[in-house]
Amino acid sequence: MNRYSILGTALHRLAILCYMGFALFPLFWLLKVSVTPNDLLYSEGVRMWPSRMSFEHFRFVLAHSAFPVFFRNSMIVAGATAAIVTLLASLSGYALSRFTFRGKYWLVALMLLTQMFPLVMLVAPIFKMLSPLGLTNSLTGLVVVYTAFNIPFATFLMQSFFDGIPKELEEAAKIDGATQFMAFRQIILPLTLPGIAATLGFVFTAAWSELLFALMLISGNSAATFPVGLLTFVSKFSVDFGQMMAAGVLALIPACLFFLFIQRYLVQGLTAGAVKG
Amino acid sequence: MVFDATAGLPESRRRSLIDRITRHAEPYLYTAPALILIVTIMLAPLVLGLSYAFRDVQLLNPFSGGYVGLDHFRTLYDDDNFYRALRNTLWWTGASVFLQFVFGLILALLLDRPFAGRAIAQALVFLPWAVPTFLTGLNWAWLLNPVIGPLPHWLYALGLMSEPANILSNPQLAMWGPIIANVWWGIPFFAITLLAALQAIPRDLYEAAAIDGAGAVKRFTSITLPFLAPTIAITVLLRTVWISNFADLIIVMTNGGPADRTQIVASYIFTQAFRALDFGYASAIALVLLVLLLAYSMLIVMLRQVLMDRA
Repeated sequence: MNRYSILGTALHRLAILCYMGFALFPLFWLLKVSVTPNDLLYSEGVRMWPSRMSFEHFRFVLAHSAFPVFFRNSMIVAGATAAIVTLLASLSGYALSRFTFRGKYWLVALMLLTQMFPLVMLVAPIFKMLSPLGLTNSLTGLVVVYTAFNIPFATFLMQSFFDGIPKELEEAAKIDGATQFMAFRQIILPLTLPGIAATLGFVFTAAWSELLFALMLISGNSAATFPVGLLTFVSKFSVDFGQMMAAGVLALIPACLFFLFIQRYLVQGLTAGAVKG
Repeated sequence: MVFDATAGLPESRRRSLIDRITRHAEPYLYTAPALILIVTIMLAPLVLGLSYAFRDVQLLNPFSGGYVGLDHFRTLYDDDNFYRALRNTLWWTGASVFLQFVFGLILALLLDRPFAGRAIAQALVFLPWAVPTFLTGLNWAWLLNPVIGPLPHWLYALGLMSEPANILSNPQLAMWGPIIANVWWGIPFFAITLLAALQAIPRDLYEAAAIDGAGAVKRFTSITLPFLAPTIAITVLLRTVWISNFADLIIVMTNGGPADRTQIVASYIFTQAFRALDFGYASAIALVLLVLLLAYSMLIVMLRQVLMDRA
């Protein structure tokens, strides 16, 4: 090994470390403030770790605030959205991957179009449409809206996973007398489990994070999701930083768990698509 | 005796008729649920929204709803807030996309090289993407807050600030707050897509080039960049459109302030719809934004075509 390559390797590792520091420091700070007791919050404001740790903020948030309700609402909305979207997107993604049919081009064009226009444009019309149906201020309304928003991208994602599976598998099954749908359900879907996991995780995170439509469509505490709850908490007059950050840490956990689980499938799936396209 | 209309046909042809019908219907059955949802929840409101742009629609006013022609657009033409929001959108989008792309590309190149612990490093540097955007906004707002966050104190210690102050309340600097938060959150997107594209480049190309005596820079410009170009074009296009529509971080961190210095068109639309409850005017602004974004996309697509024809 010559001097250049040793220097290069050192620089490479250093750069990776810088990226990791930049990526993780804000999350570390969130965690740090959430375990800092109130009396040390200001006196040890810039210390890297408080001299004394306490979980009082977590206890308060879990026992005396509306956050367990927000957490439950967000879980229901994000979970239901992820399940429905993944189901529908695996059907439509399979159709795009395996069939040629009249109108396919227009379907793809429509799905691409939905990725291009400003969603904020839909805030007012959707409110006007859902309010006579009683779907404002309801979790069902949010699930319907989020499902529609996430289907186009999820369809493309699932399609790229289906494209990676050889067609001969279904053809063999059909020779043995299976219908196309049977082949899809019993042979292709089990092989696409990583893709299904990636799509589930992706949609769950997206629904978990959505703010604007939740703000517009939900007004009371009983149907508020985590983003709306946390934001109303922030805009109140006296701000308790420790409690807010404890709530923030709690909001972070489901999304991050999902992401750590799915991120390698995501790169895999995109690579498969890139090879083909 | 029971007469069967198809009795004359041989059994096999009758079956093949049903087969043919199901075979033709099959792709539509698979796509119908997705299509119905997209049409009712996205396309119909889009059309409705376009019609609002020409009507007087105010949520709390039961007498509103009449047709007002181009009145909203006349108001918009003289609306200084709109022009300021448009300038802010350019600045916000340009800076965010540029920084996300540059740092994302560097990260993808770093991760494309095998090293011990790559899997865990990759999972950790991609983590910001999983952080909900509202939390990203709050997190950075707290980091920039001198009461609770370290950043103002560090900037002060470095001599970049005369006192530990909050840049979010400084009209000259406020936009940098949401931009930094956006860059932090968006680097993984570029890194993930570019890494996927990098891993699809055949390795033997590099070996052949190395045998031919091409240096690292030459290999990058003549193999890596051409292979990445299509991915770069599509991701930059999508992100530009997406970020110019992306109001969450701004609404959470500054709400458009101080003195409207961070108000972008998307957050202005949301403010008009959500706070002023003036759906008509909000839709008119949204229509203008849509036209501008479509023009931008067409321009990029045409530019790409010209470049490809020349190549």
